[in-house]
Amino acid sequence: MLQGAISIISENWLLLLVGQYPNGPLGGIAATLMLSVLGIVLAFPLSVLIALARISRWRLLRAPATALVYLVRGVPLLMIIFWVYFLFPLLLGANVPGFATMVCTLVIYEGAFLSEVVRAGIQSLPAGQMDAARALGHSYPRAMRYVILPQALYNMLPAILSQFISTIKETTLGYVINVPELTFAASQINNRLLTKPFEVFLILALTYYVVCFGLTAAATWLERRIATRRAGPGAAPLAIMETAG
Amino acid sequence: MKGFDLLAILLNPGFSAMLLHGIGMTFVIAIGSWVLAMSLGILLLAVRLLPLGHIGSRIAEGVVAAYISYHRNVPTLVQLMLWYFGISSLFPDAMQEWLSDHSGEAIFAIVGLGLCQAAYFSEDLRSGLRSVSPGQEEAARALGHGYVGTMRFVLMPQAFRNALPALVNHTVSLFKNSSLAMAIGVAELTHAVKEVESESFRTFETYLIATILYLACSLLMMAAGAALSRRATLAGAR
Repeated sequence: MLQGAISIISENWLLLLVGQYPNGPLGGIAATLMLSVLGIVLAFPLSVLIALARISRWRLLRAPATALVYLVRGVPLLMIIFWVYFLFPLLLGANVPGFATMVCTLVIYEGAFLSEVVRAGIQSLPAGQMDAARALGHSYPRAMRYVILPQALYNMLPAILSQFISTIKETTLGYVINVPELTFAASQINNRLLTKPFEVFLILALTYYVVCFGLTAAATWLERRIATRRAGPGAAPLAIMETAG
Repeated sequence: MKGFDLLAILLNPGFSAMLLHGIGMTFVIAIGSWVLAMSLGILLLAVRLLPLGHIGSRIAEGVVAAYISYHRNVPTLVQLMLWYFGISSLFPDAMQEWLSDHSGEAIFAIVGLGLCQAAYFSEDLRSGLRSVSPGQEEAARALGHGYVGTMRFVLMPQAFRNALPALVNHTVSLFKNSSLAMAIGVAELTHAVKEVESESFRTFETYLIATILYLACSLLMMAAGAALSRRATLAGAR
């Protein structure tokens, strides 16, 4: 079994790594990572806007943002993929490739989830921060921009990183609409070999495990580091251990 | 494109039967895997807490931690595919035949989703238990409860209460993840939607019905969870 797995890797490592590139579209791990990075990077500004709208004083901003977040949170990602897959070509009047469909879906989905993270970050800051900034003469937008958001986003870095890990796991659903990414590559290999499904999907699972476990470890390290910095130089190391636990 | 007409789907006996069957299957998968996940999650936590001695509890801790790490770092879809295409191929032929005669894909979906979500439930309960103050355990022991009695009557009820919001969130995501079962051929709601869509050519209407069904169920679960949390906080404050 181990021999089978090694021969699958040695014969298909390029397909698993970059797909059919440069002779075809980029696939494999490279496409998975590119989808996740594009998804989270583009979702980030959207999520800040949604979060700001959700805590806004004006109902006209608050209501649609809240509705959007609940809508996205209440529907399976697969349904959102189907919606984008169906609606975007209609709206744009052009063919939308699977890769772009997946990126758009991830931006909508992660935008909503990340906005909850950002909102929690803003609301967990002491109210005195906003009061002090306003008292110093900053307008609400300036206080948000220069005082609140920098602190909130810094505190939220570990949560944003774990959202990135979820995004990597969610790119697997691209398989359902034939986006050439890692899961798609593995199922291609499986369809070609037919005789070693266990080995192929075990390799697939372990590959995801290595990538996501590495990032999880990074998130834990970051969380500890931020806790240390937040605790200040005078704090005893005990306080760090408690939060990191 | 044809004009918008929801009734063309809803009043068509074939289509509405397919959708109803789909939502039934979604509930079977979601409830089945929820029961499996919750029992296994509690079991995993119990294994971690068992007094097994120094070496024994380190081994138990390592095994449970590995289980949780695997299920949290591998995408759910990949776990389902590994079960359905991979692990099933290692079974003896007679068992494979039995499974394909008895809608094995649904069984694998329940097992795959259940085992995966058990990792999340177990972690939720563990952090719920950790936030119960140590004085509670000492007081229960001082009042004469044994280890099991302390757990059963004093610590676990509080742990469940603390973990409630996280458990509700993960229950909603388990319900949503049941849609992944379509990728291994289970005829649940998302699968039914694709079939109705390709037969009726009414993509917009079909997706709309499915989205409303999913959304209504998820929002109901979130509302029920919020109501439960409110009651639990009130009970705690008394």
